[in-house]
Amino acid sequence: MVDGKKLVVSASPHLRTKDTTRGIMLDVIIALIPALIAAVILFGPRVLAVTATTVATAVLSEFLARKVMKRHNTIGDLSAVVTGLILAFNLPVSIPLWMAAIGSFFAIVVVKQMFGGIGQNFANPAIVARIVLLLSFGQAMGNWTAPLSWKTDAVSTATPLAIIGGESTEALPSLLDMFLGVRGGCLGETCSVALIIGGIYLMARKVISYKIPVAFIGTVAVIMLIAGKFDLEFVAYELMGGGLLLGAFFMATDYSTSPIKSNAKIVFGIGCGLLTCVIRLFASLPEGVSFAILIMNLLVPHIEKIMAPKPFGTVKEKKTKAGEAK
Amino acid sequence: MVKAGVDGVLKAVKKVRGGVKVDHHKNTAEMEVVRIPTPSKVVIPMQQHIGAPCDPVVKVGDEVAVGQLIGDTDKFVSAPIHASVSGKVTAVGDVKLPNGVMSKAVTIESDGEMRLWDGIEPPKVETKEDFIKAVRASGLVGLGGAGFPTHIKLNFPADKNIDTLVINAAECEPYITVDYRECMENSWDILSSVYTLKEILGFKNVVIAAEDNKPEAFKILKNIADHKDDIDDSVKLMILESKYPQGAEKMMVQSATGRRVPPGKLPADVGCVVMNVASVAFIARYLKTGKPLVSRSLTVDGSAIANPKNVRVPVGTNIGEIIDFCGGFKTEPAKIITGGPMMGLAIVGTDLPVLKQNNAILAFSKDDAVLKPETDCIRCGRCAIACPMSLMPTNIVRAAKAKDADSLKQLGITVCMECGSCAFACPAGKPLVQHMRLAKAILREEGNK
Repeated sequence: MVDGKKLVVSASPHLRTKDTTRGIMLDVIIALIPALIAAVILFGPRVLAVTATTVATAVLSEFLARKVMKRHNTIGDLSAVVTGLILAFNLPVSIPLWMAAIGSFFAIVVVKQMFGGIGQNFANPAIVARIVLLLSFGQAMGNWTAPLSWKTDAVSTATPLAIIGGESTEALPSLLDMFLGVRGGCLGETCSVALIIGGIYLMARKVISYKIPVAFIGTVAVIMLIAGKFDLEFVAYELMGGGLLLGAFFMATDYSTSPIKSNAKIVFGIGCGLLTCVIRLFASLPEGVSFAILIMNLLVPHIEKIMAPKPFGTVKEKKTKAGEAK
Repeated sequence: MVKAGVDGVLKAVKKVRGGVKVDHHKNTAEMEVVRIPTPSKVVIPMQQHIGAPCDPVVKVGDEVAVGQLIGDTDKFVSAPIHASVSGKVTAVGDVKLPNGVMSKAVTIESDGEMRLWDGIEPPKVETKEDFIKAVRASGLVGLGGAGFPTHIKLNFPADKNIDTLVINAAECEPYITVDYRECMENSWDILSSVYTLKEILGFKNVVIAAEDNKPEAFKILKNIADHKDDIDDSVKLMILESKYPQGAEKMMVQSATGRRVPPGKLPADVGCVVMNVASVAFIARYLKTGKPLVSRSLTVDGSAIANPKNVRVPVGTNIGEIIDFCGGFKTEPAKIITGGPMMGLAIVGTDLPVLKQNNAILAFSKDDAVLKPETDCIRCGRCAIACPMSLMPTNIVRAAKAKDADSLKQLGITVCMECGSCAFACPAGKPLVQHMRLAKAILREEGNK
């Protein structure tokens, strides 16, 4: 006979997937590495200093915030590292490190931990931090360093979308340069090819579904195609310019702040795309991805409520009534 | 209605959504079912089915023989209980069942002879009423694990328009292979039952469903479907993708007919009856011999079992004795389960009797038994993707924590069949099925107010 006291008794199921939160976050980090490498090549070693600052601040802030709130330590799940990385990708390489640190602290403490930590925040921490920095330190946040100029003399440049918007008379980078990331912009957003590789990796690993990125990017493509009077080149610049790819693959797909069900995901993606275009085409900002995602983050509870799935076998009430009438 | 695929083999009319891919671990698939030596003692609980418990009809000191009635009741939803060994009744009293519920039980000390009761004779079946009566007398309950009395399932009123019998040979739970063995070893019984059931109960269609990881069983089931007695070609084999929980009743109905069983309803409400393949085979044996349900096949497996086997055991045999027959433990067991690893019950010790509806005993060593630590929900949505019932487990957990009965009702918690797909898929290691049960309890409490 087996002594009952030594046996584990737990509710079924007795099998569990090997996936963990930490593993998922590790996959996101892996997916961000190509863009990080590209950023170092394009904008120099200072990229690493900025990234190290945001990541270190994020992890430290999370550790301290959990301590102060007397909650269990969660830095092991690596989500703070992901937030730090994504925030760094949303900053210009020339940003003073203390500003980057403030942004990171704000993202983790105010946006994430004050609302209950991982899974509970209503808006993407990195996006809110970026917007806070944009409003607080507009100049530093709009100081774009020309790519590949770090070896000699760092010169400033304008972003392609600003050039298209008529705010600068500089020449537009070629489409190939856009694809490779040889253009002005936030340090992690410029290299389209690296971001696409990262995005495909996440989809292949089933960390994210294709629905949000495809709906988001697709909507921008369609609207820009119409707005640009079917000028494909214009569409290509709009898709590769600004933070669209970074936003669509890595920020709009954040679990906590996007819908769970597939059809709601598509609506969310289309909403992000729509708002991005509205901001880019009609507002005074050249770039609208962050604001678009933030607004859609706030709408997620409503989208989920309206599009709540019907439990298996549930029939619409109207139908049953009609059936009974017969 | 039923779509014919290649060579007359059906594919699911409507595929099951969600579900999870689990490792099959069908290690015992090629092991023939072996009879264990007659146990020295059996403890036969009076509650081995969904419904009312039986009352013992024997008393201490009585001599009983295999197949003799030892427990019965007048209650409608129930199934009679029979002696599984011959010998002397040594106790009639309360025992704890594997699920922790107390039940009356009859203990029989075996005389080792396995003498059949004199009263056993094949039932005379001419009408549907005879047939239902015979099924009740056989003590048959759903052998797939649920233990619902079969005579009630089959005794549907004519106005229900039941047209389809689905025979469930999916066996989607990992490890368990006894249904597969039933197909391989007792195919004649399945064949004979299929045509009896069809004739007596008047099914228009019979769909035999199996998962695509059992090619050997297909050949046999295909022969049954193609048998010359099937003049109007109404018996079909359906092959399903191996995915958990394909074998769940509502999933079976959907795969076979495309119909969806509404919340709170039964397959009969959409014109279907689903039966486990072992239950089907048993009916044929009972009609032939009149020997009631007194033994059953079990898969004994898991990382802590020395010699995994498929065994045939008398109902009421001590679980510890069965494990000893399979070589005992090769490592110290940390968890023992009756049933499959997805829906089975973790038991507190091995001093428990085997019930009619048990289909496996699995013992796991520490590495496989200790679940990963629980972390915070990250809203990844994998639970909702995995749920075959289109529920949102993460939202149900929230509503349950808030004891919000209205939200729980709206979220459809009552359709949850506790298949465990959500908890399997959860990267945060949440015990979601436990949460679902809690949520149901909250709703019940609310209803009692």
